[in-house]
Formats: sequence, structure tokens, C-alpha cells
Amino acid sequence: MLAVSIVVFGLLHALPGGLVRAQLGTHVSQVAVRALEVEEGLTKPLPVQYLLWLRGVLEGQLGQSFKLGEPVSTLIGLYVPRTILLVGVSLLFAVAIAIPLGLWQGYRRNHVDDHALSALMLTLYSMPTFLLGVLLIIVLNSWLGLLPSLASDFGASLGTDVRDLALPVLTLTFANVSYFSRYMRSSVIDNLLEDYVRTARAKGASERRVLLRHVLRNSLTATVTMIGLTLPYTVSGSLIVEALFNFPGAGLLFWNAAQTRDFMVLLGIVLVISIATILGNLLADLAYGLLDPRVRVR
Amino acid sequence: MTTTALAPELAPDVDREARPRHPALGRFLHHRLGVAAAAVLVLIVAFCFLGPLMHPTASAANLLAANQPPSGAHPLGTTPNGRDVLGRLMVGGQSTLELGLSVGVLATGFGLLYGTVAGLAGGVLDAVLMRIVDALLSIPFLFFVILLASIVRPTLPLIIAVISGVSWLSTARLVRAETLRLRTLDYVEASRGFGARSWWILLRHLVPNVLGVLVVNGTLKVADAILTFASLGYLGLGVPPPATNWGAMLSAGVNNFFDGYWWQLWPAAVLIVVTVLAVNVLGDALRDVVERRLG
Repeated sequence: MLAVSIVVFGLLHALPGGLVRAQLGTHVSQVAVRALEVEEGLTKPLPVQYLLWLRGVLEGQLGQSFKLGEPVSTLIGLYVPRTILLVGVSLLFAVAIAIPLGLWQGYRRNHVDDHALSALMLTLYSMPTFLLGVLLIIVLNSWLGLLPSLASDFGASLGTDVRDLALPVLTLTFANVSYFSRYMRSSVIDNLLEDYVRTARAKGASERRVLLRHVLRNSLTATVTMIGLTLPYTVSGSLIVEALFNFPGAGLLFWNAAQTRDFMVLLGIVLVISIATILGNLLADLAYGLLDPRVRVR
Repeated sequence: MTTTALAPELAPDVDREARPRHPALGRFLHHRLGVAAAAVLVLIVAFCFLGPLMHPTASAANLLAANQPPSGAHPLGTTPNGRDVLGRLMVGGQSTLELGLSVGVLATGFGLLYGTVAGLAGGVLDAVLMRIVDALLSIPFLFFVILLASIVRPTLPLIIAVISGVSWLSTARLVRAETLRLRTLDYVEASRGFGARSWWILLRHLVPNVLGVLVVNGTLKVADAILTFASLGYLGLGVPPPATNWGAMLSAGVNNFFDGYWWQLWPAAVLIVVTVLAVNVLGDALRDVVERRLG
């Protein structure tokens, strides 16, 4: 994490023309640039600036946004929870759909329904996320008129929020299902070849019991690890979805900040998102412990 | 270099270890889906690189011919700047395919180097090298790429470098794991016992043995790179006009679709999905071939 913050800090200071130029634009005098540089401590040596920023972070101060004129911590407090909600809800849906789907596909391996589902999932997987979102907009919004295609009002009230969230969540869910179910399917196939499955069948367990009690649990461990590892990708996907639906989350904030080179906001979001992702990974590890008693013993 | 070269050129790599005859190539040729995917890719490459010979188009904007629906002169209509969509698809495909293949090769090459060094070195160096990879992997990559792309003006080589810079991480991990597995095998021990140096073991024993896995991994990287490039194009971080790529065309198509200009969206969408799908299927087929050899 420390390494991440150093890398990001260094990158931002490599900006051509310097940070102040990025803020003020090109049509200002040298004197004004200099004044602002001094005011914001940008004339100090880089390591000193970095340590000052780091001390601030430890005290909960992430600096001020150049463009929006608000403390970065306030912005993050407002935007990041929305992204966590978006990612969290769609992950839950994705898991709830992908695991039964993968289990079924693995069990029905090489049957017609498995082939059809595999083809569908691979096609979804081969689609840029924003195209998937646009297809959903075309079908659910333009043709059927069911759901709003913009989520920019998110945060107004609970009733409209659910409808606003629907399409972004669906898009991210589909993107994830295509990946998770592929993985779950191959995991189930591997497990079905294991000896314990033969043992269970020999003991007279029904197919249903073999699948749900034995294979499911063993396949889940690998899948849960994979879900934890792909969390950064999901968060990246949410950035695209937020940009597409104008959903006011951390991704959209970041994107806008990148275009205006709002340095403190960029730094703060990368830091917070990285921490959130690492915590998410930790959660996956904990879930892994719940599923597989062997790793619990320490 | 184009993607056509992928199937014929990489397949022999897979069977170099499986001498004397070429069972892996034979197995690949029996993999009907894989062969079909390779054929589709050959067609797409021909479309992008030979197509302009048969369907020459001007790259200059022509605002008098803006947003025309498909017709005899413009089989797939025109863009908001009056460029021919079919011609743009060919040109855009060139940069898209070049990017995909370059990223696949660069990321695989660097990941191979990094992973084998870490795996062979062991100890502190290994730990440090892999912690760096872990740290970089925990950043959602798109945030990182956007950060980079917003700092420097994007050009095709730069975007290739940036996407490769993210893409090699998981390859390095994979190669390291393979190296750790391989270095305990008897023949490597034997080679070490004969007094072989590390670099000899690396080149003679490790690299040839991870090649199969790497080819599969590299193929899937190509698919991912094309998708990432498309997403960057959508976020406005692609290559600036008049250069173009499928991602940029697709995002322009998305924005204009709701004005009724459907021909600006669907052709680009179909091409990109079919290409990525074919690359993914090819990767899966190669995996079947490689894993059967391992198992």
C-alpha cells in the first residue's frame, strides 16, 4: 500500500508543466504560478512533500480538491460508499447466479444445454463492459421502457435509487457472471473426477446429495479465492459502468478528476480504493476459512 | 506482425518439446473449435490488412457526407465526419490487432523473465519481487491506466506500453509458480548436480517447459488487451483522431446510436466481439492441447 502511494505520488509529480499549471491553465503569469506553488508547499523537495501528505493521511486529512474546493475526505465519504454498494450488490447477484449455473454446467458437461450456456457466457465475456451496458439499455430502456438509463440522480430517495441502481448493477452482474460461471464450471468438472465423489456414490448417496453436499462445497473454495483475486477487475468494471450510467460513485469522481488533473482527489481515491480492495481480499480469505476447515487450523 | 501468425507460428512452439513428430499440432488440428477460431482470426486479419486494397477509402473527413445510411458507395454508411464506416473499420482494426498482439508478446516476455528470475532466485529476492507484484495487482488496474493516460498524451505505442505494464503481472505469478514446481523435478536436480549454472537451467530446462502454459496465457492476454483498449477508447483515452481503433468507433457508435445511426454501432460491436471471442476460443483450444500433454 505504501508502495502504491509512492508510485502514484511520483507519477503525479511527473506532470508536464507541473501541478499548478494544470490547475490554473496556461494563461497565467509566472508570478501567479509561483505564488500558488509556495502557498501549497509545492516548492519543497518531493520526499518532504510526500511525508507531509502521508502524515496528513494518518491524521485523516487527504488534502483539498483543487477543482471542487472541498476536502478530499468529504468527497470520498460521499462517493466511495456508493461504489462499494454498486460493487457489493452486483457481486452478490453474480455469485448467486454463477454458482448454481456453473454447478449445473459442470454436471451436464458436454450436453447441449452446457454448450449453449458456455457459448453465451463466453460471448458475454468477450464483450467490452460498456457495450454490455448499452445492449441492456437498448433492450430494457429503449424497447421495453422498464428502467431509467441514467443513474445521475442516485442518492435522491430510496424509491428512485432502487430503479436507478438496477441497470448499473445488472451490467456489472452479467460481466461477472460470465467470468465466475466459467471458473465454477471447470472447478466442478475437476471435482467430479475426484475419488470422494465415487465413494459418495458407492455409499448410495443420491446425485442431488453428491452435488450439493460434496461437490458444491469443494468447488466453492477455489471459486471464492478467484472472486477475491478478481476484485480489482470488478472495481475497474464499476468505473466503466459509472461512466456509462453517470452513476455518482468513486469511479466517476476519479474519471472527472483525471480529466481536470485534480491531483489530491486522484491520490485519495487510489489510496482508498486500494485499501477497500485489499479488505475485500481479506474477506474472501475469511470466507475461504469458513468453507475449508483445513486452512482454519493455525 | 499480425494475428494470422498466431496459430501457425505458436503451434510449433507448443510441440517443440514433443519431438520427434508433431503430436500437439496434430491434436490442435483435431480440435475443430480451435481451428475454426484460427480461421476466423485469419479472415479478420485479412479484412483489416488486405481489405483496404479492395475497398480504398479516403481518410479525410467529408462533412457533406456525414451520417449517411448504408448505400452502394458506402456499404456500411458513414460516420459523423463523413468517413466511410467500412474503411474505418479496416484501419481501426489494424491498430486494434497490433495492440493486442504487441501486448500479448510484451507482457508474456517480461512476465516470463520476471517470474523465472523470482522462482529461481528464491529467498529474499523472490519475496521482494513477488510483494511488488502483489502490491501492483491490488490496484484496480483501470484507475492506474487512467492516471497514466491522463498524465501523458496517449499514442499507440504508449498505450501498448501501459496495458503491457499492467498485463505482465499475472503472467509473472504464473511463471513463478511453474518455475517453483519445475525446479524440484528430478531432471533439473540432475542438471544442477552436473554443475549447471542457473542461466543454463533457465534457458535449457525452465523456459521450454513453461512455453505451453505461456502460449495459452499470452493468447488470453491478447483478448483482454483488446477489451481494455476498447474501454480506454470509451473513456476518451484512446488514440486521438484521425487515427482510430474499434474501441473508439464503438464508443462513438454508442453515443450516436440513440440518434438513429445504428450502422455506426453494430458493425464495430460485432467485429470486436467476434475477434475477442475467437481469440478466447483459440486460447481455450490451445489449453486443451497443452494440458493433455501435461496430464
